[in-house]
Amino acid sequence: MSGSPSDAGEPDLLVDARGRRCPLPVIDLARALAKVDPGGLIDVLTDDPAAATDIPAWCRMRGQGYLGFAPIEGGAAMAHRVRRLS
Amino acid sequence: MTSPLAVASPRATYLDWASTAPLHPAARAALLAAWDEGWADPSRLYREARRARQLLDLARQSVAEALDARADEVFFPHTGTEAAHLAVLGTLSARGRVGRRLVTSPVEHSCVLHAGELHETGGGTTELLAVDHTGRVIVPDRLPTDTALVSVQSGNQEIGTLQPVADLAGLCGTVDIPLHVDATQSVGRVPVSREALGADLLTASGHKFGGPPGVGLLVVRTGTRWRSPSPTDERGAGRVPGFENVPSIVATAAALQARRSEIDAEATRLAGYVERLRTGLPGRVPDVEIVGPSDPAARLPHLLSASFLYVDGERLVGALDEAGFAISSGSACTASSVTPSHVLEAIGALTHGNVRISVGRDTTADDVERLLATVPEVVSALRADAGVGGL
Repeated sequence: MSGSPSDAGEPDLLVDARGRRCPLPVIDLARALAKVDPGGLIDVLTDDPAAATDIPAWCRMRGQGYLGFAPIEGGAAMAHRVRRLS
Repeated sequence: MTSPLAVASPRATYLDWASTAPLHPAARAALLAAWDEGWADPSRLYREARRARQLLDLARQSVAEALDARADEVFFPHTGTEAAHLAVLGTLSARGRVGRRLVTSPVEHSCVLHAGELHETGGGTTELLAVDHTGRVIVPDRLPTDTALVSVQSGNQEIGTLQPVADLAGLCGTVDIPLHVDATQSVGRVPVSREALGADLLTASGHKFGGPPGVGLLVVRTGTRWRSPSPTDERGAGRVPGFENVPSIVATAAALQARRSEIDAEATRLAGYVERLRTGLPGRVPDVEIVGPSDPAARLPHLLSASFLYVDGERLVGALDEAGFAISSGSACTASSVTPSHVLEAIGALTHGNVRISVGRDTTADDVERLLATVPEVVSALRADAGVGGL
């Protein structure tokens, strides 16, 4: 996962959206946002190919921070990391 | 007995003109006449055959004139997809000794990208030029020396972005690399000149502008190195194998000629509809991302792509269909695969809840106003149903 050292480590909240198709992973992320404080980190686990575009797009539209992604399960799914900015 | 057509529900408001167009009246008249007059084998030597050959030659002449090309440079594959395959693969095949690199863009129609994939299985390479956030190709300073072909569309099929084709032609011209322009969304909708574009190969599709399905257009500039990727065939001047569909080719030429006299006035009208939707939708419904260039001069006049946050694209298309509107979508869940539109992906646009609205010859201001009133209602209902209010 890319980003600064402060972006590393365990997330404050893990959203497991595996098996859910668009737009559900983004809705899951949007619902999770209120559960972390500003500055907090959320990881979204997803195997929906659309999420790779839609999670960064949601962050751009909502003014939240998209930090990057890392493959999990040998590439069968992705962990997307988001920082709540507002 | 009552005909099923007589009891069919009222026709939907058709707003998917970027997919295909209903048969143009000029094409219908030409098709009916050519079925009677031009049915014979144009390769034979009797009177009926000569008549079919004459009609085919006239159609070729007419299409050539419309596209600013020579008649002996125009060929008729069976679809726009086949035309693009022939343009790309035939040029790569002929230029294999110069290089094996296809340079194209990530927002091309899938037929060009799939031709590139086939090229790669044969040991070639495909390089994708970078695009900006509107999907416009960033023209590089130079091309790799082993480039065999550059293939770029004139305008995008989903978001309308016009490509800097003349700049790319200039770049190709300085190093003698051929340029293929996929003009499928442009031909018959905006004026297209092969000469002005600087294209060595140009392809398009008849059904997009009111011709019958089953006719592609392939223009290969004289002197362009090209070798058929298909087995040798005597027909189609060695470019397109098989029996020519003379009646449909004649009808396609008639549609293109008719469109030439219509598009100047129509482009302004259609651009007005698209502008009305572009500016009207965001004020009527929250969280909509209008995709593609905002500058009307930077895009095709007839289409608009919009993505509605938290909305399922398949449900959106279904709900609009129920409301009487025929509209397509670039969202994953509406296609047969789980992968969303590669165009939306390439520019980082929201891919879910997407609709591509495209207008055409028969579209009226009333259609657009009704759509503008309906979309916010439909989107609000779908969002309420999904419980995403306030997110």
